[in-house]
Amino acid sequence: MQPFWTFTGDEWTEVDRKRVLNDIISTMFNRKFMEELFKPQELYSKKALRTVYERLAHASIMKLNQASMDKLYDLMTMAFKYQVLLCPRPKDVLLVTFNHLDTIKGFIQDSPTILQQVDETFRQLTEIYGGLSAGEFQLIRQTLLIFFQDLHIRVSMFLKDKVQNNNGRFVLPVSGPVPWGTEVPGLIRMFNNKGEEVKRIEFKHGGNYVPAPKEGSFELYGDRVLKLGTNMYSVNRPVETHMSGSSKNLASRTQESIAPNPLAKEELNFLARLMGGMEIKKPSGPEPGFRLNLFTTDEEEEQAALTRPEELSYEVINIQATQDQQRSEELARIMGEFEIMEQPRLSTSKGDDLLAMMDEL
Amino acid sequence: MVAVDLEGPYEPRVRRADLGAAGVTSDLGRGLQGSEPRMFRWERSIPLRGSAAALCNNLSVLQLPARNLTYFGVVHGPSAQLLSAAPEGVPLAQRQLHAKEGAGVSPPLITQVHWCVLPFRVLLVLTSHRGIQMYESNGYTMVYWHALDSGDASPVQAVFARGIAASGHFICVGTWSGRVLVFDIPAKGPNIVLSEELAGHQTPITDIATEPAQGQDCVADMVTADDSGLLCVWRSGPEFTLLTRIPGFGVPCPSVQLWQGIIAAGYGNGQVHLYEAATGNLHVQINAHARAICALDLAPELLSAGEDTFVHIWKLGRSPESGYIEVEHCHGECVSDTQLCGARFCDSSGSSFAVTGYDLAEIRRFSSV
Repeated sequence: MQPFWTFTGDEWTEVDRKRVLNDIISTMFNRKFMEELFKPQELYSKKALRTVYERLAHASIMKLNQASMDKLYDLMTMAFKYQVLLCPRPKDVLLVTFNHLDTIKGFIQDSPTILQQVDETFRQLTEIYGGLSAGEFQLIRQTLLIFFQDLHIRVSMFLKDKVQNNNGRFVLPVSGPVPWGTEVPGLIRMFNNKGEEVKRIEFKHGGNYVPAPKEGSFELYGDRVLKLGTNMYSVNRPVETHMSGSSKNLASRTQESIAPNPLAKEELNFLARLMGGMEIKKPSGPEPGFRLNLFTTDEEEEQAALTRPEELSYEVINIQATQDQQRSEELARIMGEFEIMEQPRLSTSKGDDLLAMMDEL
Repeated sequence: MVAVDLEGPYEPRVRRADLGAAGVTSDLGRGLQGSEPRMFRWERSIPLRGSAAALCNNLSVLQLPARNLTYFGVVHGPSAQLLSAAPEGVPLAQRQLHAKEGAGVSPPLITQVHWCVLPFRVLLVLTSHRGIQMYESNGYTMVYWHALDSGDASPVQAVFARGIAASGHFICVGTWSGRVLVFDIPAKGPNIVLSEELAGHQTPITDIATEPAQGQDCVADMVTADDSGLLCVWRSGPEFTLLTRIPGFGVPCPSVQLWQGIIAAGYGNGQVHLYEAATGNLHVQINAHARAICALDLAPELLSAGEDTFVHIWKLGRSPESGYIEVEHCHGECVSDTQLCGARFCDSSGSSFAVTGYDLAEIRRFSSV
């Protein structure tokens, strides 16, 4: 990723960059973490996903302030929405996921352990999702689209590439290849009682479609054909998201965030609670750390935090360490790899103490 | 909020011209020659309080011609929106319904909302991931709740009800397991009884279509469709009888219609098939859309809407020589950048229709010029 950034410490070297990638990827593909993800469960609430995402983003020596974290999350959400919405057929959601994995493997080529974790995840995906029917994939896709409903945050890159309109809605092209398994529209065939074709007529359907070239590969290695899910940043360019103009259709979103729920913890699923309740190790001395700022200056970042529309604040859950101590310990035993410390959680950077930071492995 | 009450015998929406003694084919026997192309124009949209969810068959329309009103029903997600509109699409009243809560972390999602026109009453049926709710037609009084039994489901299976249709004095509702529940509805009151469970499908039901029995024996008057593309053709009665099965071909059939013995089925690969209900034979195959079809309506023309942003209108007929079903394309409309999820004709002659789309917070209306 090559966004604008600023540093609080030393230079951002190639070694550091690799380290951050390795840390985040190895955390994400940790066996226990993946096991939890693969359990049959309901769609994550927005709060739960945000919690897990923020923890992952902080799995290494890279930190983000609230405003940059919000921006990163918005960007991820809209990119994901784009990919799910534009999938030609529901099963292509799996191909998109494989594209993600392929790209991730490219980042960690020199780390055989992590590579193995990713390959293992690949196998699990194939095992669990490879055999689902078209109808089951359609249900998955429809359910995912519910998560993204009414999100219309404008992303510079999408606007420039003309895949998103100024009103925040994605362009749905009416040209190009049809999905694998679909015929190009425009033909009517009529049959008699014996199933023999007796008449055939063409009609103008209004689009400009061509046949699908070939089916994407679902193997461990192969040509996915589909470009959705490949690295958006393979060409260096700045990343920006726009808040203005996105407030129009927020009625339904506002409904969700203000829905009364006395026990905020209930909204988090097991994974989010697990990650939210972890303690951090008090640093023994000054630690190297890099703060990622997705804005051009610190001032701009602060300003963005202040002016973020009310409706788009994510209200990340503040887990009370004392209440969750017992639960956290038990979860930690299950997790195995993560350490639990006795020291109370420290407040970190400005206003950013809402989540505990995960220790390095 | 204005409440519109329906009292007394209800006039069902007339779906076809009155055929009279000349028989079924007289109206269609003219064939398709000489039909003029119809032009449609975009009319004033009706705003929705919440956008439409990316479901199939996500628009229900109830016409009340005697009261110059049209009701619309759209699923948003955990809620469904009902609204009434005057001619020209002027919105009058709105109401939101929610799925009944049950166990689970998040509020249950609604899969479909649909008005069922029965001989002596109209009921609004709402299906969700918890069960089936039935209301008086204006959505104010819940008259029946049926909780789904998830007993047989494996942990990876989603449990839900989907597919709603009225057949005589029955309301049929499909489920995730493939079973179709048949409810016996009294002329008034809440004494609704589950009278039968139809077995015929092994995968989740997607849609159900019915038409009034033509008064003859062995006439199919109900079609059920599922995620595997299988269609089951039934005859209603005190007990429903399975007449024919039309196998699928690897893609879901999200939407199905039945009219004058013709089954119109829309598939996940963008095709529309027309079958003769009596024989189950395929007579027309249309490569209609470039993405999955999400909704069909018949009024007497066929309306198809797909996730490819297009709506198409097709004229159905029968060949004067052979009597086989024939089709020609009448009109296509592109609703830019909108993955459609529902489409219905708004009047019995098919001169106006409405569509809903994912993320779209309005009902788009079109009428012919």
